[in-house]
Amino acid sequence: MDIHEYQAKALLAEFGMPIARGGIAYSPEQAAYRAKELGGEKWVVKAQIHSGARGKAGGIRVCSSEHEVTEAANQLLGRRLVTNQTGPGGKLVGRLYIEEATDIEREIYLAFVLDRSSERIMCVASAAGGMDIEEIAEKSPDAIVRVSIEPAVGMQDFQAREIAFALGMGAGQLAESVKALKACYRAFRDLDATMVEVNPLVVTAGGRIIALDAKMAFDDNALFRRPRISELRDKSQEDPREMSAADRGLSYVGLDGDIGCIINGAGLAMATMDMIKHVGGEPANFLDIGGGASPERVAKAFNLVLSDQGVHAILVNIFAGINRCDWVAEGVIQAMERLDVVVPVVVRLSGTNVELGRRILAGSKVNLITADTLAEAAEKAVAAAESYQATLAG
Amino acid sequence: MSIFLDQKTRVIVQGYTGRIGTFHAQEMIDYGTNVVGGVTPGKGGEKHLERPVFDTVKNAVHETGAEASVVFVPPPFAADAIMEAADAGIRFCVCVTDGIPAQDMMRVKRYMRRYKREDRMTLTGPNCAGTISPGRAMMGIMPGHIYLQGNVGLIGRSGTLGYEAASQMKAMGIGISTSVGIGGDPINGSAFRDHLERFELDPDTHLVVMIGEIGGPQEAEAAAFARDHMKKPVLAYIAGLTAPKGRTMGHAGAIVTSAGESAAEKVEILRDAGVGIIVRPSEFGNAIAEALAKI
Repeated sequence: MDIHEYQAKALLAEFGMPIARGGIAYSPEQAAYRAKELGGEKWVVKAQIHSGARGKAGGIRVCSSEHEVTEAANQLLGRRLVTNQTGPGGKLVGRLYIEEATDIEREIYLAFVLDRSSERIMCVASAAGGMDIEEIAEKSPDAIVRVSIEPAVGMQDFQAREIAFALGMGAGQLAESVKALKACYRAFRDLDATMVEVNPLVVTAGGRIIALDAKMAFDDNALFRRPRISELRDKSQEDPREMSAADRGLSYVGLDGDIGCIINGAGLAMATMDMIKHVGGEPANFLDIGGGASPERVAKAFNLVLSDQGVHAILVNIFAGINRCDWVAEGVIQAMERLDVVVPVVVRLSGTNVELGRRILAGSKVNLITADTLAEAAEKAVAAAESYQATLAG
Repeated sequence: MSIFLDQKTRVIVQGYTGRIGTFHAQEMIDYGTNVVGGVTPGKGGEKHLERPVFDTVKNAVHETGAEASVVFVPPPFAADAIMEAADAGIRFCVCVTDGIPAQDMMRVKRYMRRYKREDRMTLTGPNCAGTISPGRAMMGIMPGHIYLQGNVGLIGRSGTLGYEAASQMKAMGIGISTSVGIGGDPINGSAFRDHLERFELDPDTHLVVMIGEIGGPQEAEAAAFARDHMKKPVLAYIAGLTAPKGRTMGHAGAIVTSAGESAAEKVEILRDAGVGIIVRPSEFGNAIAEALAKI
């Protein structure tokens, strides 16, 4: 789960990370009020969306008067901001963060990630800040510092000092650097994060250290014990289909193709999508309905896949392991009868009682295409999608 | 011989008396697995499925001589259950539970390092279908009847995709020595590499098939191991060719976050290491038959 910049900053500040003063605004009037409240002569109006690269997309405006703040807020609020990370649809700007402007001396990249190779939390930092980490890795890979943290004892001061020195921090900034680094580590550990990214961490003209931007992501599997984090969820930032799938216990990822997929198991789902690609088609989605494949779940899955207007055919591929194909076949037929599905549907069942399942499908009145093998199912789905699209066009 | 378990291996079930634990314990017993009891804290002394229930894994090991454990404990308590098994002297543990926090698994892995290598429990999963040595015994949730006994070793992250491969193999008369599920989580008990090592030493296994997917470094680590240390042929299929970067594809671990983690890159790394690539998921049966014919 992702959260907004201002939320991440507030969390990090609780652990001792220095941040600039700021406030949240949902309207232009509120934005101007926040600027007045903060005082000073220069403010930054920052669109709060779940994406990086907001600056390049025009989502971050430096303003020198309350009037400018109001103007910027007017332009940003309610707009969909498209960055190189959001996809073409962009993300809705529903709130702004108004922050006092910071005089920047230099910018540093700082992140804590869950490193799957060492199976530990790892600090990744670079003095070459202001770019994303892929860019740094490409342009100056030697500038990246990596420090792995022993989970039993946590981050030690000497590790934080090593990182600070590698980042070129002077003696005067050492104590503050150590505090900032340990704040990120503790927030990561104590809140079950999967990522903490401060990009950039800046040294101000006055020699202070401040988190100018912050991003945090959390482990969905740990939200049960982090109710405070769960409350930070902003549903306006999430794909409505993916969200409704998650609410129903299904796992869905929307894609650009036209063959809707209903499959049980994540690996089989990915493999079926690969198969579609191999025979010349493009999947419209990833959808794992879970091991059980009960009729209710199949019906929910049809609803979800059909809500994508770009779907020209549906491929159902269920491996009945503990349950039985005859039972799954009846579930598919029930769901299709109830929903009045117009697009062609290809069904492939395998596993327990497969012969009986196939006979039930073949004998049903609903209009479906059956397939015995994975390859056959994918080929039939691609062909069906093409002819359906042709009828639409013709 | 088979790796990890046979019909004599004494198996306990943690989370034995729960709905899911009960159902799958019965399936395992029906398949021929030597389930000697189970653990549910607070229910020690009771009988369940005609077998004793214990309060602690230590008691179970002491009373039954259990060597292996299957964990069906819910996610908030599963890491604790795994560490309890490791501490009680269990040698082989399958954790089926899906949804364990990643940092809990980080602590489990750290905790297990306190044991000397030769005393350390082998953990497979979490979030896996389990391990089966067809015709002998199974620990997990897989449908036993889709597997044929034979000489191919299988290692995979996914449940149903592993079933697909096993069914394609059975349809062609190809059997399996042991199928090991390592699970779909970002931090898991053991990796492809660990099991390649065991299959290389297992006289009943002539060829090994890896079923990997996007995300994480473990397929690449296995490629290096296969290149440097394996005499037996290794085949691999990597799922997720169409998966977009940065999106989680069902499994918590199936997400491309850095270079080398996409399906195309993993295939390239494996091919360079001399691993045979199964290009299409419809070709498990044919590709394995072809590779076996060359041995």
